Amino acid sequence: MTKSNPLISIIKTLQGLGHRMVERIWRLGAGARLFFLTIAYSAESFKRFHLTLREIYSTGVMSLLIVIVSAFFVGMVLALQGYNTLQKYGSSEAIGVLVSLSLVRELGPVVTALLFAGRAGTAITAEIGLMKTTEQLSAMEMMAVNPIARVVAPRFWAGVISMPVLATLFSMVGILGGYIVAVPLIGVDEGAFWSQMQANVDFQSDIVNGIIKSLVFGIACTMIALFEGFDAPPTAEGVSRATTRTVVISSLTVLGLDFVLTSFMLVI
Amino acid sequence: MTNNIVEIDNLSFGYKGRLLHKGINMVFPRGKVVAIMGGSGSGKTTLLRLIGGQIKPTKGEVRVHGDVVHKQGRDGIFKLRRKMGMLFQQGALFTDLSVYENVAFPMRELTDLPNSMIHDLVLMKLNAVGLRGAHTLMPTELSGGMARRVALARAIALDPAIMMYDEPFAGLDPISMGVICSLIRSLNDALGATSIIVSHDVKETFLIADYVYFVADGVVTAEGTPDDLMQSTLPFVHQFVHGDKDGPVPFHYPAGNYQSELMKQH
Repeated sequence: MTKSNPLISIIKTLQGLGHRMVERIWRLGAGARLFFLTIAYSAESFKRFHLTLREIYSTGVMSLLIVIVSAFFVGMVLALQGYNTLQKYGSSEAIGVLVSLSLVRELGPVVTALLFAGRAGTAITAEIGLMKTTEQLSAMEMMAVNPIARVVAPRFWAGVISMPVLATLFSMVGILGGYIVAVPLIGVDEGAFWSQMQANVDFQSDIVNGIIKSLVFGIACTMIALFEGFDAPPTAEGVSRATTRTVVISSLTVLGLDFVLTSFMLVI
Repeated sequence: MTNNIVEIDNLSFGYKGRLLHKGINMVFPRGKVVAIMGGSGSGKTTLLRLIGGQIKPTKGEVRVHGDVVHKQGRDGIFKLRRKMGMLFQQGALFTDLSVYENVAFPMRELTDLPNSMIHDLVLMKLNAVGLRGAHTLMPTELSGGMARRVALARAIALDPAIMMYDEPFAGLDPISMGVICSLIRSLNDALGATSIIVSHDVKETFLIADYVYFVADGVVTAEGTPDDLMQSTLPFVHQFVHGDKDGPVPFHYPAGNYQSELMKQH
C-alpha cells in the first residue's frame, strides 16, 4: 500500500483553499454585477409596475403573519425580562422605554430581516432556481425578453419596499406585546409606560435609523436570495444548496451589517 | 440573395478545455425542415444555443439572415431572436401563468397590441395546436404532450421566420408524438418558416425532415435526405438509423484498464 507524501497533501490543501477563495471572490463579483444590472434595468421593469406589486404581495404581504406573531412574542418576552431586571433597581416604569428602544433600534430591523430571509428569501431563491432548472429563464431570453428586467428587478424592488414596512410593523406589534405584559398583566403604570417612551424615543436617531437599517437589510437579503437563485446549478441538489446558502449568508450578512451600521449611527 | 436563412460556417465551440464542435458547416434553407441528429452529448442542443446567440463560438460563425450572431450587441441579438421561436425539451412553460397567459406572454412583452387582439391571436394559436379548450388551465394541470403543444403555440405566437425544436419528441406517448410530428410540418408550411429540429428519434424526424445532418465527435459525419441516409452504408449512420447495438459508437465511456482498476488497493 502506498503512503501519501505529506508535502503533496499540503500542496493539495493549499490548492483547495486557493480555489475556494478564488471562487468566493468570483461569486462576489458576479453578485455585484447582478446588482448593478438590476439597477440598470429597473426603469424597464417599472414600466410594468404590476409585476412589482404582485411580488410585494408574495414577499411582503405573505410574510405578515410570521412577522406579526413573532413580534408579539418578542415584545412580550422583552417586557418580562426587562421588568425582571428593572424592578431590582426600582425603575420598572422605564419598561416602556426599554421595550421600544430595543425594538425600534435593533430587534425590529434585525429579526424582521432574519424572518424575511427564512420566509421570502428562500422562496425567491427556490423559485428562480427552479425557473432556471426548467429552462424558463432560457425561454425568456430566447423570446428576446430580458429576465433581469422581467424576473429579477420586480422581486428586488418588492423586497426593498417590503422590508422597512415589515420592520416598522414588527416594532409596533412588539410594543403592543410589551404593553400587554407590562400594563394589564404585571401592573406597571400605563401613563408612565407611554410617557417615558414618548420622552425617550427620538424620531431621527431611533426611528429613522431603524428604518435605514431595515432598508439596507432589505437590499442585502433580497439581492442575496436573487443571486443565489440565479447562480444555482440547474439540478435539484443545486437549488436545495442555493436555498440553504440564502438563509446562511443572509443571516450572517444582516448581523454583520447591523454591527457596522450601529457603529456608524452611534458615531454620527 | 442567398436562400439560406441560417448558416453555420466552420464553427468550433468548447468549454473547460474540451472541444465539443470542431469546424461544423451547415445551412438551413428557407421553408425547409432540417434536422440535426446525433447521440446524447454530441452537442446538438448547444448548436441551437449558438444559433440563438446564448453562447459564443470559439471559432467560426453562425449567420442568421446574413447577420453574424456573435458579433451582435444585446439589442442586435434581441432583434434577431424576435425572428426566432424555440420549443424547449420540456416546454419551459411559465408555471405561474395560465395556458392563455403563457401564449400571450411574447405578445404582451414584445408588442403593443390591444388586449382584444391578443385574445383573438392567443385563441387562434391554441386552436392551431388543438388546445383552445385548455386555455384556462395551469401548466401543472397539463400532460407532457399538452405542455409541449402549449409551448409550441407560444413559440409561434409572433409568427417567427425560424423555428427551433429541442428534442420535441422526447418522453412523449406515441399519440402525442404523432401530433407534435404533424404539427411541426404543417406549421412550418403554413408559416413559411424554416425549422431546425434537434432530435435522436429517427422514425419521427425522418418522417418530416427535408434534410438531415448527423453530428458525432464534434463534426458532421453524414448529411442528406432521409431516404439517402436510410440507405447509407456509413457505419455510424447505419448503427444510428437502425439502432444496432454494435458499431462505431462505444457502449463504455473511455476508462482505464478494467482489471488493474479492480486490483488497485485503496
